[in-house]
Amino acid sequence: MKRSLTIALLIVAAFVIFAYGFSVTQVNLEELGQESRQQALTRILRALAHPDFIAFDQEQVEVNAPVYVPCPAAGEPAYTPDTSGPYMTVTPSCGDPRAEVVVEGVGFAPDTNGVLYFIPDSGVQLQIGRFETDGGGYFQTTVRLRDRESDQAQQLRATTRRNIGNAHLSQNGIDTINKIIETVFMALLATTLGTFLAIPVSFLAARNLMATVTSPVASVALTLILVPLGVWLGGAVTGWLGQTALTLLGDWLPALVGLVVAPVVATILARWAVPPVEKSPPGALVRLLRSIALLAVALLAILAFYLFAALLIAAGERIAPLLGSFAFLGDFIANVGGIIVLVLPIAGALIGGGVFLSIAGRLGNTLADRLSPRTLKAINIVLCAVAGMVLALLIGAAVEWLYQLRQPRLTVVWPAIIGAVLGIIVAVRSRADEPLPLGLAVYGVTRTVLNALRSVEALIMVIVFAVWVGIGPFAGVLALGLHTVAALAKLYSEQVESIANGPLEAVIATGANRLQMIVYAVIPQIVAPYISFTMYRWDINVRMSTIIGFAGGGGIGFLLQQNINLLNYRAASAQIIAIAIVVSLMDYFSSYMRQRVV
Amino acid sequence: MNPILRIEHLTKVYPNGVQALTDVSFDVPRGQFVAVIGLSGSGKSTLLRCINRLVEPTSGKVIFDGVDVTACNDAALRRVRRRIGMIFQHFNLVNRSPVVTNVLAGRLGYVNPVWSLINRFSPADMAKANAQLERVGLADKAGNRADALSGGQQQRVGIARALMQDPALILADEPVASLDPVLAHSIMKHLDQINRDDGVTVLCSLHFLDLVHAYADRVVALNDGKLMFDGLPSEIDDAKFKEIYGKEAERVG
Repeated sequence: MKRSLTIALLIVAAFVIFAYGFSVTQVNLEELGQESRQQALTRILRALAHPDFIAFDQEQVEVNAPVYVPCPAAGEPAYTPDTSGPYMTVTPSCGDPRAEVVVEGVGFAPDTNGVLYFIPDSGVQLQIGRFETDGGGYFQTTVRLRDRESDQAQQLRATTRRNIGNAHLSQNGIDTINKIIETVFMALLATTLGTFLAIPVSFLAARNLMATVTSPVASVALTLILVPLGVWLGGAVTGWLGQTALTLLGDWLPALVGLVVAPVVATILARWAVPPVEKSPPGALVRLLRSIALLAVALLAILAFYLFAALLIAAGERIAPLLGSFAFLGDFIANVGGIIVLVLPIAGALIGGGVFLSIAGRLGNTLADRLSPRTLKAINIVLCAVAGMVLALLIGAAVEWLYQLRQPRLTVVWPAIIGAVLGIIVAVRSRADEPLPLGLAVYGVTRTVLNALRSVEALIMVIVFAVWVGIGPFAGVLALGLHTVAALAKLYSEQVESIANGPLEAVIATGANRLQMIVYAVIPQIVAPYISFTMYRWDINVRMSTIIGFAGGGGIGFLLQQNINLLNYRAASAQIIAIAIVVSLMDYFSSYMRQRVV
Repeated sequence: MNPILRIEHLTKVYPNGVQALTDVSFDVPRGQFVAVIGLSGSGKSTLLRCINRLVEPTSGKVIFDGVDVTACNDAALRRVRRRIGMIFQHFNLVNRSPVVTNVLAGRLGYVNPVWSLINRFSPADMAKANAQLERVGLADKAGNRADALSGGQQQRVGIARALMQDPALILADEPVASLDPVLAHSIMKHLDQINRDDGVTVLCSLHFLDLVHAYADRVVALNDGKLMFDGLPSEIDDAKFKEIYGKEAERVG
């Protein structure tokens, strides 16, 4: 009884839901049946069935026959056509304006269409009818003369078009092929960019790796204080180094010399600073000297990269004009140099942040180990207050930049106070000997950012990028790349979470540190699925990049949208077919490759 | 001489409230082969993992070779761990890596992390890895993928990995539980030989009493996380057996 009541209620609910759904989505079956709608459907389906891919060069054949409007006083003039080629007769060969005459054509190309024109004295072509020849090249049709009177002979002209030469790609076909190639490469670049960024992020978003990362309160506070400083310092030093390098060694010869010297010196220093085996922990002085040496290695490496980039740009620009149709190779070399110059300050900032992160971690650990709980607590309170202040000020600066409030009280003073107070509360409430679950916090933040990014489609992201870098494939690459980072990082991190835990335990038990554990126990387990997911993502990106042009992202979608807007469905059909072919090929290719890898 | 391992009032309560160990204390002198017995879930694995802090003890102390392991910071803990080899029931090899890489992983606590990250080991370590593989009879398998080996071979790779650490102590967590009886004896013989020839202390959890009688110098028994028995294998009579394994248990083997 109760059961059947539930079922009845469910049926009623389903009825209401579907009824509302029909109303909202404006289901209209009458429209489907209307004749005009069906004709429209026929028109577009026929257009789509005739993709504009191939074309012939055409030659126009014109055949003239004289006609008199009105009939001359002398009566109907005689006319003997030249019967060696196609010819045309008009009966009668004269008439009043708007009189009907019968036109017969003989010897035309069989089964073709043509247009009949009336050509008055002025020489302008006035269309008066169309004709279609039979299998023998003959046609007969009745047309009405125009009301242009003259005492001279005027002409009727039959024009047909004839294909000459072999079939070749139409302009639309050429454009389609160019754009589909552009599309596949957009997807390739976006996938490459996304993969490189997604790999490190995926480790941060893997719960099993991050859950065990804990850090003393002092370390966390020092990290918040020092890392922004490190990022700023790293970026600034790298930028300054780049300026110096480029002004000192603008020419390619000194750059080449520097490019040889800097890596050699850096390698020698690095070999000294990082000995392969360490019997016992080295003394403080040696450690300090090694740190200085490593800093020098980093600076030399950055310098070398700048010189390398300068050299690439110079070389690329120089050889591009010499390569003819392979100039894109030279442009690519110059572009790689440009990318290095662009990325180096970011890399420098990250290195600076990383160095200060490790300093903060060690310093915090040392404090936690060495100090008495009471002193540690006092220090923690001070550090946390400053850390909270720094964090709040950074957020305040971001708010100021976005909303331009121009009220220091709201974006500087209050955040600083609130941040400091929150920091003090954290420091007081936490037990000095209990480390904070820093890893889980990073995991949570990473997951949240990734989920937010993933929920915005690349098709929407591209709108922002098209404004930033201009409409075109580059905007599409950036939007697809960003979306790929979010999507792949999630897939990757789930893969990391599903690996066998035993080998991790075994490697940790040998005394390996966290990074060694990742290299020896995590990475071997995830290489194959990572490759598989990357192929899968490339497949998706090809599909996405075919429509990203709709929103200004370049590629074949741009062409397709234009043709649809111009109601040029035959051209659009060519692009739709090209997309179908490439996407299904990519589908087969990626599943084949994935089977090979896994 | 001080004992290689001293366990004082060790207690472990897991976050879900399970009391895995309750106030366990015992000493292990250097060079002893100690068997840890008890029912499944009696806390054998937790005990072994608390010693190198793969599992963080709730309270109590673990003192390894004079160093308080429970008070170590990260760097000091890694220096302790590299001298404690560990062998697992499910071998815990990295299946997709070659055998030799799995063995070399035993050196990770010793080498400079920067070099090991780019997979560079010193020639001495490479030679050592080959020597250990030779010792466990797998010299010809160095280049094979770990999962291409049989169970007994995989456990021998696990032993070679532990030997790479130049261990003073080997923790063996049910090393033969997933192997057939013949292979079980061959693995136990390897451990016995390491114990006798190299003087490495072995702490080995076992299920079968015949293996305990054949190889162990001493038995430590756990029941529900409590230390029930600590003595010679021959001292386990029927009364003790019932105490360790419960009233319902029947003696097999």
